[in-house]
Amino acid sequence: MKIESINTKVGDAVTSAREKVIEVRNLVKKFGSFVANDHLNFEVYRGEIFGFLGANGAGKTTAMRILCGLSSPTSGELSVGGFDVYRQAEQIKRNIGYMSQKFSLYEDMTVAENIRFYAGIYGISVKQRKEKERVLLQKLQLEDARDKLIASLPLGWKQKLAFSVALLHDPKIIFLDEPTGGVDPITRRQFWDFIYEAAAEGKTIFVTTHYMDEAEYCDRVSIMVDGRIAALDTPEKLKQQFLSEDMNGVFLKLARGAQNGE
Amino acid sequence: MRTLRYILQKEFIQVFRNKTMLPMIFVLPLVQMLVLVFAATYDLENVDLYLVNQDQSEASRELVAKFEASPFFRIYDASFDVTDAENSFKKEAADFVLIIPQDFERALVREDEAKVELLINAIDGNKASLIYSYARGILTGFNREIIAEWKSLPEFNPPMQVRVKDTYWFNPELDYKWYMAPGILAILVTIIGMFLSGMNLVREKEMGTIEQLNVTPIKKYQFILGKLLPFLVIALFDLAFGLLIARLVFNLPIVGSLPLLFGFAALYLVGVLGLGLFISTVTETQQQVMFVTFFFMMIFILMGGIFTPVESMPEWAQWLDRINPIYYFMRIMRMVVLKGSGFFDLWQEFVSLLIIGTSFLGLSIWRYRKTS
Repeated sequence: MKIESINTKVGDAVTSAREKVIEVRNLVKKFGSFVANDHLNFEVYRGEIFGFLGANGAGKTTAMRILCGLSSPTSGELSVGGFDVYRQAEQIKRNIGYMSQKFSLYEDMTVAENIRFYAGIYGISVKQRKEKERVLLQKLQLEDARDKLIASLPLGWKQKLAFSVALLHDPKIIFLDEPTGGVDPITRRQFWDFIYEAAAEGKTIFVTTHYMDEAEYCDRVSIMVDGRIAALDTPEKLKQQFLSEDMNGVFLKLARGAQNGE
Repeated sequence: MRTLRYILQKEFIQVFRNKTMLPMIFVLPLVQMLVLVFAATYDLENVDLYLVNQDQSEASRELVAKFEASPFFRIYDASFDVTDAENSFKKEAADFVLIIPQDFERALVREDEAKVELLINAIDGNKASLIYSYARGILTGFNREIIAEWKSLPEFNPPMQVRVKDTYWFNPELDYKWYMAPGILAILVTIIGMFLSGMNLVREKEMGTIEQLNVTPIKKYQFILGKLLPFLVIALFDLAFGLLIARLVFNLPIVGSLPLLFGFAALYLVGVLGLGLFISTVTETQQQVMFVTFFFMMIFILMGGIFTPVESMPEWAQWLDRINPIYYFMRIMRMVVLKGSGFFDLWQEFVSLLIIGTSFLGLSIWRYRKTS
């Protein structure tokens, strides 16, 4: 029940803002003879939660890494936040937040030390950082864990913290690569609350996942099969189009012909 | 600069929180100085001598006594039979066989000339030539005394003797520990610097945290300097610690200027750390870094002139040594510590290290890719 109410709320936000923040034209990425991304075309709008779905090996992470500037495309035209991926990679990096599949905070440093480090390399002033740190710890209810090593925290806390740290420098676009992998359902729910909150502030969320229930939370979903985008629309329309009760059904129908999937 | 400060802060936190790091920093210099310096010595003592004295005359006994009195030789065993000696020799028990033939004294008296035979185990050529020259020294001394004793009859004018007095500069007691200590210290700072920095960078790759750094606007040179400076500081600290041990334990004289020495060490470290970081930019795991770094380090150390003089290497090897940073640093260490050489004596080494340092560092910054 809760999920539906949130979906309608965000659906309204999407129709009001149609500013393109990510534009991808004919993105191709090859690793030798293997084509990981085969002529991808899509746009992502400001304030939108854009879901990137697909089986393992479908090419989701590859496409996301290219958009973040971690990997270079073989060909195609790409712009992120109005900047060209080929020529303005460093400007893009100032405007994006990224949370990778692999946990990205330093395990051998405390919560506060991690915040200080990431705030420092984004050039956030000491005063601003202290304020942000206070708000962040309060929101995550981690005030007592401030001086604890990251290694000693449970995975769910780590993930929420990593997400908040990726937001420290107020990025316009946030890339999340399977952010809720291995996390319990309650934490996953909380995690999505954070995502909605960020989207409500006008941030664009680009998220990959293979949890089909999470796909329902997205404004629009693209489903990748064998390196191509097999479908792209709102969850509602996709369900209608594929005559399915839920996203799981949609995904199974699309993925049936897959070659690289599980 | 601010960014670099935050990177350095983070690196130092991690270095000192690493439980294997602190013991490494203190134990490595201690072991190297206290064990390796004593072990890596060319001082020749207690060479096992197998004596075959077939003469048993006064003259032969005198000669044997001379060998016995020498600190270099100790009589391991004796026999009248040369085959016994040869067997012992073949078993690697004796290093050196001295054969005094039966007619030694008679020949000496009658013909003014007698022969002894020396058999030296020459598997280790260096050691063999040392044994030979020590033995020759004893025989020459013996000769001189014989001439003085037997020919000093009134009608005989003793020959004029030119005696050569040797003085050894910079290491008057020919203490090998003084010679080896600066060399071992050079190895020490190389190991500390090259391994730690390279492993550290690759560890970020293994943990995946490097991805997070690569999506930040961090500059490539900032990242590399952030990985280089902490280990440069640690290596310099270990150099100071090692020098202190050498000073206290075997009284190593430090003749030259310490600031000059540390300045050169810092320049040298930029080069080797740069190489270590370069290796880590082209590898993916700590294991790979270890192997590749070890490969380079072995070559650098063995060709660097620590254990064997570079002058006796073939010409092509000496030519190759021009890109070997240890070769220069080794010379600098020995020249500054033992001779007290100043900057102007070492300007060629300075220029070479400067070129090597900027090349390796430049190479690592160039090769570090934020985008794969």
